[in-house]
Amino acid sequence: MSLGLEHYLVLSAALFSIGLYGALTKRSAVVILMSIELMLNATNIALVAFSRYIVPVLLTGQVFTIFSIVVAAAEATVGLAIIMAIYRSRETIDTTKIDLMKW
Amino acid sequence: MNLELLLPELSLLITAIAVIMLDLFTERKGLLAVVSIVGLAIAAGFAITMWGTDPQAIFNNMLAVDNYALFFKLLFLGIAVLVILVSVDYVSKFVHFRGEYHALVLLATLGMMLMAAATDLISIFVALELAAISFYVLVGFLKDKKSTEASLKFVLLGGIASAVLLFGMALTFGFTGTTQLPEIALAVHEMSAQGLLSNPGLILGIVLMIAGFGFKIAAVPFHMWAPDVYEGAPTPITLYLSVGSKVAGFAVILRVFYSAFALPETLSLDWGMIFAILGAIGMTLGNVVAIQQANIKRMLAYSSIAHAGYIMIGLAAIGLSIGLSPTTDTLAPLAQSSILFYVVAFALADLAAFISVIVISGKLGSDQISDYAGMGKQAPLVALALTLGLISLIGLPPTAGFIAKFYIFSDAVNNGLLWLVIIAVLNSAISAYYYLRVVKVMWLNEPAREGKVPSSLALRLALAISCLGILLLGIVPTIVMKLAEMATSMFGF
Repeated sequence: MSLGLEHYLVLSAALFSIGLYGALTKRSAVVILMSIELMLNATNIALVAFSRYIVPVLLTGQVFTIFSIVVAAAEATVGLAIIMAIYRSRETIDTTKIDLMKW
Repeated sequence: MNLELLLPELSLLITAIAVIMLDLFTERKGLLAVVSIVGLAIAAGFAITMWGTDPQAIFNNMLAVDNYALFFKLLFLGIAVLVILVSVDYVSKFVHFRGEYHALVLLATLGMMLMAAATDLISIFVALELAAISFYVLVGFLKDKKSTEASLKFVLLGGIASAVLLFGMALTFGFTGTTQLPEIALAVHEMSAQGLLSNPGLILGIVLMIAGFGFKIAAVPFHMWAPDVYEGAPTPITLYLSVGSKVAGFAVILRVFYSAFALPETLSLDWGMIFAILGAIGMTLGNVVAIQQANIKRMLAYSSIAHAGYIMIGLAAIGLSIGLSPTTDTLAPLAQSSILFYVVAFALADLAAFISVIVISGKLGSDQISDYAGMGKQAPLVALALTLGLISLIGLPPTAGFIAKFYIFSDAVNNGLLWLVIIAVLNSAISAYYYLRVVKVMWLNEPAREGKVPSSLALRLALAISCLGILLLGIVPTIVMKLAEMATSMFGF
């Protein structure tokens, strides 16, 4: 059995779903951030797989992936800095306890 | 490579870096705001000189320089000038990082300008994230409990939204084979012969992209971040988020859906209907929840969620008008230009409202509506400006909001969306209740304390500009409408 596009897409969709599940259910802000990274990386797999199988001559998907990795790194940096800031003022990163504002 | 076509963006980037450097060497921090405003003015000057020239694609079709992009660029530059003006007092309280504050405002502006110009999924994503990451930091700038909490909520939810958006883009790329909007349009057009609905992957991609963009414009059901972030953020940044970020989101949505997914007609009907339903839910939820808010920033947050709903009526009208008369040549550019008019009118009204809130809350140290009692006596001019802004948000004549709603609603009726317009008019009536409650508290209730409300020259100037804009658009709307029509008729790419 050879590996086809669908295998990569299933892997990507599964990782994306795991990431989304983690982002929506976990309490620790750091774990949520990790889940978001998982979602972004799942997307990268899909992008590269599409690029390889749909437009093998062009490198569109790979280029897109490089941009998305850079953006994800910037977002993780800012996210961690904000988590540091909130830990300094609250001494917790449990998102259920960060509830000063609610509707 | 025509770098001169990027002069507005480049000059803004250089200004942002210059502001950070200047912050290191000068003790007179007031200079930072001056340099920022000069930089914005230079960028606006470059943008004005390009207005009306033939549309061009640059950077291997990554960005377009057309009237549509320039219209939004000028709008963002104008808003950024006002944001920096109203930040002057606010920033003077900071001990550290004043240079970074100004630089981040400029970088967020740069991101939004690129969003309006982007014609490729890659550049859209990068521009959107440039604006978003700048905003994550700006929201947490106060470093107190509320501000960091708002920032954390924003960064986590924003991260999820951009991952969803990216997945949608990946699927769209995968099923069309390209990331460039005009080529996506070609691919989708050819697909229609084979039946588009047999391609659920692309549909899923489009839906996920709507979800990702919906987060940017705070559309229901992707709005949950907005009230908390608006309340916790420094008020000038709340203003910028509500006015700039939302308008940039609409600029991208309009370009993506109009130039990539406009044809075939079945697809347009589908996304038109999605926007119609999201708009109906959005304005109803936004207005109903706004009624019970005691904090004026939260109230304005829900009001801006409702206004995203009104603007989506315009998007729905475009989708349906393409779907009903599929030849784009005969399509009147009215629906697109009325969206552009609406975002300008909304931006001006929200500016007037938020700047008044900055002035009044700066004195009171509180955002509670009940503390606004007697402002009509203590600060009649500011209260008048707030009243004008709120009246424009309701959509009463002779303000810009009235004309804007008139254009949007008549487009929707012309395209068979009468039910949506009825919902929207009922919603405007509901919204009058909570907007006018603030007006009543200000003018009829007795002041709780004595004393004038001081305001600096910069704040008064910004307030005067936005109020004049509201009246100007309300009385002679044709000027801006002509510009908006020019912007959409030369929708180059």
